[in-house]
Amino acid sequence: MSTSTRATPRWAGRGAGRATVSTVRLTLLHTRYAVTETVRIPVAVVGTVVFPALTLLVFIVPQTALAQDPAGATGAVAQLAVFGAMSVALFTHGAGIAEDRALPWDTHLRTLPVGPVPRFVARVLLGAVFALAALVPLVVVALLFTAATTTPGRFLGALGGLLLAGVPLLALGLAIGFTLPAKAALAVAQVLLLPLAFAGGLFLPPSTMPGWLAAVSVLTPTRAGRDLVVGLATGTDVPSSALPVMLAWTVLLGAVAVLAVRRDEGRRFR
Amino acid sequence: MPHVVHADRVSRTFGTVTALDDVSLVVGAGEAVGVLGPNGAGKSTLLSLLAGLRRPSAGTVRVGGGDPRDPATRTRIGVTPQTTGLPQTLKVREVVDFVAGHHRDPLPRTELLKTFDLTGLAGRQCGALSGGQQRRVCVALAFVGRPDVVMLDEPTTGLDVTARMALWDAVRGFTARGGTLLLTSHHLEEVEALASRVVLVDHGRVVVEGSVAEVRARSTVRRVRWTGPDGPVETLEADADEAVRALVRSGVPFRDLEVGGATLEAAFLDLTGAGPTGAGDGRS
Repeated sequence: MSTSTRATPRWAGRGAGRATVSTVRLTLLHTRYAVTETVRIPVAVVGTVVFPALTLLVFIVPQTALAQDPAGATGAVAQLAVFGAMSVALFTHGAGIAEDRALPWDTHLRTLPVGPVPRFVARVLLGAVFALAALVPLVVVALLFTAATTTPGRFLGALGGLLLAGVPLLALGLAIGFTLPAKAALAVAQVLLLPLAFAGGLFLPPSTMPGWLAAVSVLTPTRAGRDLVVGLATGTDVPSSALPVMLAWTVLLGAVAVLAVRRDEGRRFR
Repeated sequence: MPHVVHADRVSRTFGTVTALDDVSLVVGAGEAVGVLGPNGAGKSTLLSLLAGLRRPSAGTVRVGGGDPRDPATRTRIGVTPQTTGLPQTLKVREVVDFVAGHHRDPLPRTELLKTFDLTGLAGRQCGALSGGQQRRVCVALAFVGRPDVVMLDEPTTGLDVTARMALWDAVRGFTARGGTLLLTSHHLEEVEALASRVVLVDHGRVVVEGSVAEVRARSTVRRVRWTGPDGPVETLEADADEAVRALVRSGVPFRDLEVGGATLEAAFLDLTGAGPTGAGDGRS
């Protein structure tokens, strides 16, 4: 551009920049960093990772009829796994990203030679790590105290279904995290958590819902994800509404997130 | 001289507020430039454009011939984070390694820590460091990637004299080896110590640009010192001749009268219209 004609060989010979570190290595670097940073504040980890298992222990296990019914118990575990993924999306992604964006360190990261992709993928991987970590205590409690049962094939299928169910929830978290200031993002995450859980049938099975709620429920991303994971885990049919609803939410919320990321230059400095 | 940093007629607006208004700045290889200005003058906005944090509303910014928003260009730029910004739960060693991981040929950690006198702090969490120690970590981070251009924002705020001198030595070592330095500071002493050229920014515009000596000379403010019956007096005078005449006319006994050039700080205050220009507003 304007300087090129006057640049000396030192600059001209080396081009505009040096070679950057590969995207894969940068992604791993940022993932490791994010995990280390999160693990150093154990309360945050424990809350996200242990809550689904605790819910199972306190609310499902005492209901002997449900806990000792293999299909019912397996469904309950699958529902709580989706709940774990949702709380990761709302808090680790939604509130967490909004919080990070407000920190001066985030501004500093944007001066380092790394594009948006490694940081973005690292955030997604961080969420996946914690959503999967939440499964461990949940499955342990399920094996010890309930009649929940599955086959290796169904378990892997449900795991894949959980990752898929996580996609619209991830998009929701990103949309919140990149559009709202930190305090608002946390409030919105808290406000959404329980309605999405109840309307999505993550705590109580949809068969117990009143008619109006059942109608709304089918349209929520949590219900669609729940239906998919429960179906795959128990080997029952997945309602045909599940995938289209998940896809629609992913496209809608993903678009909001992408627009917000493009617009985002950090909120801190004016 | 090759242009390492080139801002060409750059403006930046935020809604209806114009933070930078048609600013041009050229910094040659190996030059050390201090950017000065009152709070809200546009210094931070200018630096954020040069560091690739923002896109200018108008005009172009080039660093080493490339767009600083491009990661390849940023491999040669080192920037200090704000002190409060270090990840509190990470150890100094981990933060250094993390930043180093963004470069293909970073400075070895032990060498960096030694240069900035941080060796003993490597295993401490950033949140457990004192303000001055955090500041030193922040400045050190700008040098991790063997940068050609370093942008330091208030590098020694909150440091004691010894630590400040040590840090200045490290920064001077960088410029002595041909590194290019951009510096903002409220410590004008620091700008005088590290920069050969200063740019005064006020109300989003460059008010004055030149060598430290030139900027000092541009200001008509003079420092007048004398010893009166109550001891030594020092004032900054817009019109030193008239001030001396007034002193003589007043009949106050005095001795050791001295009229000298103003410090950069006085010149700065004078040129941005924020300064004391009459008798009685002096500093001692």
